[in-house]
Amino acid sequence: MRQTSLLLAAVLALLTAGITRADARTHEFMLDNGLKLVVQEDHRAPVAVVQIWYKVGAGYEQDGATGVSHALEHMMFKRTKNLATGEFSRIIADRGGRENAFTSLDYTAYFQQWSKDDVELSFKLEAERMQHLLLDETEFTTEMKVIAEERRLRTDDDPQALAVEVAQTVAWQTSPYRQPVIGWAADIASMRLSDLRAWYERWYTPSNATVVVVGDVEPAAVKALADRHFGSIARRDIEPPRARPEVQQHGEKRLIVRNEKVQLPNLMMAFKTPTMTQVGKPGPDGKPVEAWEIYALDVLAAVLDGGSSARFTRELVRGQELASQIGTYFQSMSRLPDMFSIDATPREGHTLEALEAAINRQLDAIKATPPDDAELARVKTQVVADTVYQQDSMFYQAMVIGTLESVGLSWRLRDEYDAGIRQVTPAQVQAVARRYLHEDRSTVAWLLPAEDR
Amino acid sequence: MRATRLLLTVCLGVWACAAHASPGIERWTTTNGAAVYFVAAPEIPMLDLRLVFAAGSARDGARAGVAALTNDLLDEGTATLTADEFHARLEATGAILGSGSLREMAWVSLRTLTAEPQRSTATRLLGELLQAPRFDDAAVTRQRDQALAGLKRALESPGTLGQRAFFRALYGDHPYGRPPEGTVESLGALTPADVDAFYRQHYVARNLTVAIVGALSREEAAALAEQLSANLAAGEAAPALPPLPDYAPVTEHIEFASSQSHVFVGQRGLTREDPDYFPLVVANHVLGGNGVVSKLFAEIREKRGLSYSVESHFEPMGLPGPYVATLQTSGEQLEAAVALLREQIAGFVAQGPGASEFEAAKRNLVGGFPLRIDNNSKIVENLAVIGFYRLPLDYLDAYTRKVEAVTREQAADAVRRRIDPSRLVQITVGRRTAATAAQ
Repeated sequence: MRQTSLLLAAVLALLTAGITRADARTHEFMLDNGLKLVVQEDHRAPVAVVQIWYKVGAGYEQDGATGVSHALEHMMFKRTKNLATGEFSRIIADRGGRENAFTSLDYTAYFQQWSKDDVELSFKLEAERMQHLLLDETEFTTEMKVIAEERRLRTDDDPQALAVEVAQTVAWQTSPYRQPVIGWAADIASMRLSDLRAWYERWYTPSNATVVVVGDVEPAAVKALADRHFGSIARRDIEPPRARPEVQQHGEKRLIVRNEKVQLPNLMMAFKTPTMTQVGKPGPDGKPVEAWEIYALDVLAAVLDGGSSARFTRELVRGQELASQIGTYFQSMSRLPDMFSIDATPREGHTLEALEAAINRQLDAIKATPPDDAELARVKTQVVADTVYQQDSMFYQAMVIGTLESVGLSWRLRDEYDAGIRQVTPAQVQAVARRYLHEDRSTVAWLLPAEDR
Repeated sequence: MRATRLLLTVCLGVWACAAHASPGIERWTTTNGAAVYFVAAPEIPMLDLRLVFAAGSARDGARAGVAALTNDLLDEGTATLTADEFHARLEATGAILGSGSLREMAWVSLRTLTAEPQRSTATRLLGELLQAPRFDDAAVTRQRDQALAGLKRALESPGTLGQRAFFRALYGDHPYGRPPEGTVESLGALTPADVDAFYRQHYVARNLTVAIVGALSREEAAALAEQLSANLAAGEAAPALPPLPDYAPVTEHIEFASSQSHVFVGQRGLTREDPDYFPLVVANHVLGGNGVVSKLFAEIREKRGLSYSVESHFEPMGLPGPYVATLQTSGEQLEAAVALLREQIAGFVAQGPGASEFEAAKRNLVGGFPLRIDNNSKIVENLAVIGFYRLPLDYLDAYTRKVEAVTREQAADAVRRRIDPSRLVQITVGRRTAATAAQ
């Protein structure tokens, strides 16, 4: 697609949406083979971050073959047709670049951070490994040992991570979000090179990728480089993953995880919630999910836990002194319905029961009475301030663009976000608390020491 | 970049010839003795402040954990505001408050918009927090319990256990040897009076470095620094720490119910002023500091798949900080992995870096330098370090030049003189194996 027509379309879209904070520094291009390029100018330092995002992750995987996205991510740093093993990383290190990759439920992404003059080299390297990865059996065998160690490090030896992993399998019955990103140990052990090859061939293609560049660059020049290096890759259509939606939950789910390393008990509560990608689709009672609900859930999370003056810290850590720590997380930008979750540790001398009851009283309070104006004003100010603070990190700016695009939304949602938050009313916050923080959507997990029976 | 007057041009062959501009740092001292480091960053309407005191756990004295507890208690309200009131007012401006402490430094940070009235309100509240914290008995007790909870959580982690044991082995009874978070016993004994006394002695102007980065003029920054330090007692800069005692190259295994064993192998390293600093940093970059292209990564992870993470680094401190190589591997591979790690270190000390890997390490350090100062967060952290350790103002500018100047012979010589493979401390944490049972 041509730049001018796209820009015009963007301007029109922004005008019709009545958005005043249009970000003229961000430019979107579509190559003929379906690769999307989003470029954002940031001229504060002579550097750039280049990220390539593939729409594939653990949430695309099948039982018995979990962890294949992550394993492939590891192997993407190995041999290609034109680069010997290790050469890829040596080229980047030689020029002072930083590189890495990350895999989630919804995406697999690779990045380089280096001189703005090396954006072209990023494109060359990424185009090479998008097309010409050579998966070698010996290297694969060694790398799977590394991944087994990674799993031990990140999950098996960390009681809290282990508890989260178990809780996810209990909370989600059929959704692929029940699967750990790194994969089950047995799946890691039984994985074959052919699994990775099939996965690579299925998902690593221009029409399934988004390239994001943020830095001291000229958008038109970056587009020309993208055409040169990615443009010749043939278009291939992607067969979307088979939908396997979560089934209806009937009543609260509860579980206990015991671990001999645990010194402090811990509590997790999670409620299944829609996300921005579910807007317009049927919600829990068949009624379509509306965008304001997602914004209101974000505000709800911040009313409860958006700082030291928010309710949880004020009432449960300081006021009643029941919790030694408490955190609230709402995943609003996911490909599938996700979670609104609370994680808390009781203060010494207090039980998980008492803390759980106190958290429930806080949730009941907001279901009974909408939050007050001062709380909402605080949340909205924080969101607006965050949009300013985010400009300080090129990497974060690229992450926002890449995440939105990869879960099936548009990066333009970024510029609508604070307007969406500003429109949330106290009654809407109360309404989403009532609708979604409901027993039929909840899972409660207790993490306990092994000997505490 | 923001200050073109300090332009530094580095040419490393055609591919890396680029202009690297370091930020223009301005330095002055407030009326009552706080050192101020300022970089103007007009591009984004925001301000980052980092106030650093020599008030880390090395200053705990007999009361292990009091430095960390005092830092934790700073945001528990002021003379005129309860904690609830303080946080409600601060967060209504959109500002983000942070704090923390390590062995040497304790700090408070603030990020705020520069728009008014947000900036004035947020910085006024920060000043109040610094100058008139209230250490209510109830808050002290509660934060002490939280510190105990944090300590217990840390003890669930083999990595944390190993790190603590490594410092203990290297520094013994020296203040560096004690864990910053204290112990269950020491925390239990701390009183509000201990916290108040620690605050009065250490949170004073002459013991303070103020780092400021943001959309402010020098005049505005000066007024801000005066306001923040105004009602602090001038006090005294913290005295020099006692000299480091000798240490023994102990080998210690800590039995722990983890599937992996965590390995720490190392010795004492250096300060940033050490004449061997740059030769050693470049040399270590070859061995274990250059991520996936370093020797340890190639031998231990790429060739053998023994560990997900393997690296080595110098941690420069006010007195020689540790030099450490780490890996994590599952139980039955422990013996082989440790032997390999030690063999790699010994081989590197004996042979020094090879020509091409040495040049590659320098290119990475020099070429990667702009990424260390490419946003306000990173610049304010750099300023805090420069100020805290009283490094020269051209430290950032000189960095790439000094890396460039290191020769392979200097690096090899420094490694031979400074790293002694026969005197390495070795800590392992995990399940007992045949190898560790022998000790």
